[in-house]
Order: sequence, then structure tokens, then C-alpha cells
Amino acid sequence: MIPLSSYLAVSSVLFVTGLIGVLIRRNFIIILMSVEIMLNAANLNLVAFSSYLDSMAGQIVALFIIAIAAGEAAVGLAIIIVVFRGRIATNVDQINLLRW
Amino acid sequence: MIQLFFFYYLAVASIASAVLTVGLRNPVHCGLALLSLLFHIAGFFILLNAEFIAAVQIIIYAGAILVLYLFVLMLLNLKTEERFLHRRYAFWLFFALLAAGQTFLFLLRSPFAGKPGDVTPDKVTRFGHSQTIGIVLFNDYFLPFEIVGVFLLGAIIGAIVLAKDHPAGAVQAASDQKEASQ
Repeated sequence: MIPLSSYLAVSSVLFVTGLIGVLIRRNFIIILMSVEIMLNAANLNLVAFSSYLDSMAGQIVALFIIAIAAGEAAVGLAIIIVVFRGRIATNVDQINLLRW
Repeated sequence: MIQLFFFYYLAVASIASAVLTVGLRNPVHCGLALLSLLFHIAGFFILLNAEFIAAVQIIIYAGAILVLYLFVLMLLNLKTEERFLHRRYAFWLFFALLAAGQTFLFLLRSPFAGKPGDVTPDKVTRFGHSQTIGIVLFNDYFLPFEIVGVFLLGAIIGAIVLAKDHPAGAVQAASDQKEASQ
């Protein structure tokens, strides 16, 4: 039997990888992909807890997270298309019109 | 024993694909590494007796969301750039490592205890995972389920409104018309 903490270790490594990706990458699409990595790490955590505590609540929340990720991807990619159409590159350090 | 073998395989493969997703230069390669990560996470879900979530993961994440990403990547035709990290990445990497340390500290200090529920593995095997999850979803979580439906509708409308091609001068024409009618 695999202990619960092994799943938690894997999911935290994935989460931190995604976090590093969000903070250091320059391309906005890759940043959204890193957010997907973080959401997947959270899903893994929820399903692992739900399986080890014999409860369905975690898996239901994981389903909701997948739905939210779909919405986030749709709106985020639409924003990228609009930004790209305005002849701005999709690098986050060049999208600075709204900066204070 | 075989479970342990699969667990180690999935762990190594998913972490490697996550690192590749963050580290590769060509955005399309990053998308393909993300695909590999999503499949391995689905493998984890099967290992945890959650077949329905694994199927949803493959159908929605790998089938729909990732295809959307690849469509946009190929539509925008992004080049592989010489400088693919943020301008001040060392500054942000410091905070990322700080947050990583915090995460592992929490992991080491948490008790991970909780009150077990009543959905034992026998029950899931007897009724099937889809039926078990469906009964819980449509009894206890029905309102959140409906709210997620409305949220997805809003996201679809938002994406269409944002990505719609506004012809040049349409906004100007609209404001002219408004002034003329006043």
C-alpha cells in the first residue's frame, strides 16, 4: 500500500514546478500551461485525500476544478488572441499598458 | 508490489513532464509535455480507484483544453525566442523558491488526519465509480453543479465576445450614431 504522503510529495513537487513556471516564464501561453500544472497538482491532492479518507467530496471538487480550468483556458486564450491582434507580442514583460 | 512500481513510474514521468513543460523553449513542445503530464495524472487517478475522474481528465483536459492550447499556439505561430525567461526572472525565482520551501514545510508539519467517510473501496467496487460519484454529485452537490454550468456558459460568452473580430472604426461609428440620435 502506498502511503498518502507519497502522493502529497508528488503533488507538491508538481505544484512548485508550476509555480516556478508562472513566475519565470515570459510567454503568456506557457504561463497558462503552468497554471494548468498547478491545478492538476491540486486535483491529485484532492483525489488522494478523498481515496484515503473514504469520502467522495474530494473527487467532486476535483471535477469542479476541471470545469473551472476549462473556463479559464477559454477566456485566457481569448485574451491572448485579442492582445496578439493588437500587434503586441504575447510576452508578459511587453504587455504593460495597464501598469501604474 | 505492482502498485508501487506503477506509482514510481507515474511519479517520475509526471514530474519530468512538468519540468519539461516549464523548461522547454518551443511552445508547441511545452504543450506536448503538458499532454504527457495530464495522461500520467490520469494514471494516478486510476491508481487511487477514481476511474471516472481519470476518464474525465483524459476527455476534458487532454481532449479539449490541450487541443484549445495547441490551436491557439499554431494560430499565433509563435517563434522560439532566444530569451524565453522573464526579464527579471532571478528576482521572481527567489520568491518561487521561498514559496516552495513554505509548501514543503507545511507538508512535513501537517498531521493529515481526518474523519473517514462512508464510501469505502468495497462500496465503490460494488456499485461502480460512476454511479457512486453521480449519486453524491446530484444529491449533495447539486447547487454547485448548476453554478458550474452557469459559469461555463459565462466563460463561453466571454470568450466569444473577446475573440470576435471588431471591424476597425466600429466603436467610433457606434458612438457617432449615439451622438446623432441625441
